Amino acid sequence: MNVWLSHHLHALALAFKRLGRAPLGSLLSIAVIGIAFSLPAGIYVLLENLQALSGQVSGAPQLSLFLRLDVDKDDVAKIESYLEQHPPVASFKFVSKDSALDQLKQESGLADVMNGLERNPLPDAFVVSTRALTPEGLEALRMELGQLPQVEYAQVDSAWAKRLDALLKLGHLAVLLLGALLSFSLIAVAFNTIRLQILTMQDEIEVAKLIGATTGFVRRPFLYFGALQGMVGGAAAWLIISAGIYLTDDQLKDLLQLYEVNFRLYHLSLEDSLSLLLFSAGLGWAGAWLSVANHLSQVEPR
Amino acid sequence: MISFSQVYKRYPNGYEALKNISFSLEAGEMALITGHSGAGKTTLLRLIAAIERPTSGSIIVNGQNVSTLKGGAIPFLRRNLGLVFQDQKILFDRNVFQNVLLPLQISGFGSTAATRRVRAALDKVGLLNREKAWPITLSGGEQQRLCIARAIVNRPSILIADEPTSNLDADYARDIMDMFVSFNQVGVAILIATHDVELLGSMQQRILTLNHGELAA
Repeated sequence: MNVWLSHHLHALALAFKRLGRAPLGSLLSIAVIGIAFSLPAGIYVLLENLQALSGQVSGAPQLSLFLRLDVDKDDVAKIESYLEQHPPVASFKFVSKDSALDQLKQESGLADVMNGLERNPLPDAFVVSTRALTPEGLEALRMELGQLPQVEYAQVDSAWAKRLDALLKLGHLAVLLLGALLSFSLIAVAFNTIRLQILTMQDEIEVAKLIGATTGFVRRPFLYFGALQGMVGGAAAWLIISAGIYLTDDQLKDLLQLYEVNFRLYHLSLEDSLSLLLFSAGLGWAGAWLSVANHLSQVEPR
Repeated sequence: MISFSQVYKRYPNGYEALKNISFSLEAGEMALITGHSGAGKTTLLRLIAAIERPTSGSIIVNGQNVSTLKGGAIPFLRRNLGLVFQDQKILFDRNVFQNVLLPLQISGFGSTAATRRVRAALDKVGLLNREKAWPITLSGGEQQRLCIARAIVNRPSILIADEPTSNLDADYARDIMDMFVSFNQVGVAILIATHDVELLGSMQQRILTLNHGELAA
């Protein structure tokens, strides 16, 4: 146990030393890994944010009920009591034709045009949030409410959210593919770095083997080095994403406020961040292992 | 301790480096292998450490049959041997202390025990005051003593040295040989290959003479 621990500590210390010995080379390798990884991880962050945004905009599925133009206050009250007693309805909001017109005037800047109209062309409306979560349940509710005599037309508002969800799923697939492709670049970087190290350390490896080093003893520092380089590269990717979020967050906030959405960009969650580091470390280790398996046997004592 | 029985070593190009070698070296015994250059001295030593494998015959070292040893067991065989190489194989990117420390790191010694052992080994070869020096600043004789310190730091029961006195003047060579004799006096079996005939004149040791790959009687 003691020997095992001392071997591993020794290998880890050597890996750190080798990383520090060629600072510029290490820095460039780490930058390559970081940039390669920041691409899929960045897109992933973007997708997660889009999902959160779409959830915020239409968290619960909503229905809009547009009433006939000739309804009066009694009819509105009837629908209100109907909705109140209807279990699938979570909440609802009445938007009178006058307030809808005011809002349109304010937001569209078409006040002059609107003022020229003889009468208000907008209907009274209800915005209904439902508890129905399946598309079928929502559709059934839409049909039911649409058949009320006072209702001209019932519309499901979450169709675009469904389309967005489908797009997001496609995006996740793209991230996976991109990640898989760029993972190869990390393996290649580790492979080549380790190959160069083995070439420059031939003397040391040869002497170590001559005085009783096992293959494991020689291999271990290289594996640690690969994992370490991969992990630091993953951290670099994380920092690149952070910088990206920092730079775009404020502008995005201003933009979204134009759409009356209060939204801040999320970074990778703690879990996702750890996964990123572990994954990049694992890939570095794998690249180092491949390289060592290929090149170490060429350094036999002569 | 070391026992050769009908050992042949033939290279792929047909050259026979060793022919029918049989001898044994007992525990605590010291012997010199001599012969002209190309007689097979180095090959014989390399067979003991399994750096090369014999074409036929058996070699027993420390009770292990080296000729049939699996690759994974070779490192552990080598840890019980102290090896001084003809081309020294000093690592010039680390200082004297770290060069001698390497075998102990390989065996997995803790750092305090290892430091004690390194100092003891350096003391035995008279390099204790040079432990921080870089190998390139050492004289030829000091470099050779560094190699010996690295070979004995693991306290092996067998010490094998290939031409340890080449490139040294007579006084230094005598120092080195005296050092081996003193190791032998504390019970280490020692096998030294040398072509230094002058030196041999003053030694009282058993001598094995190789001639074109064969042991002379």
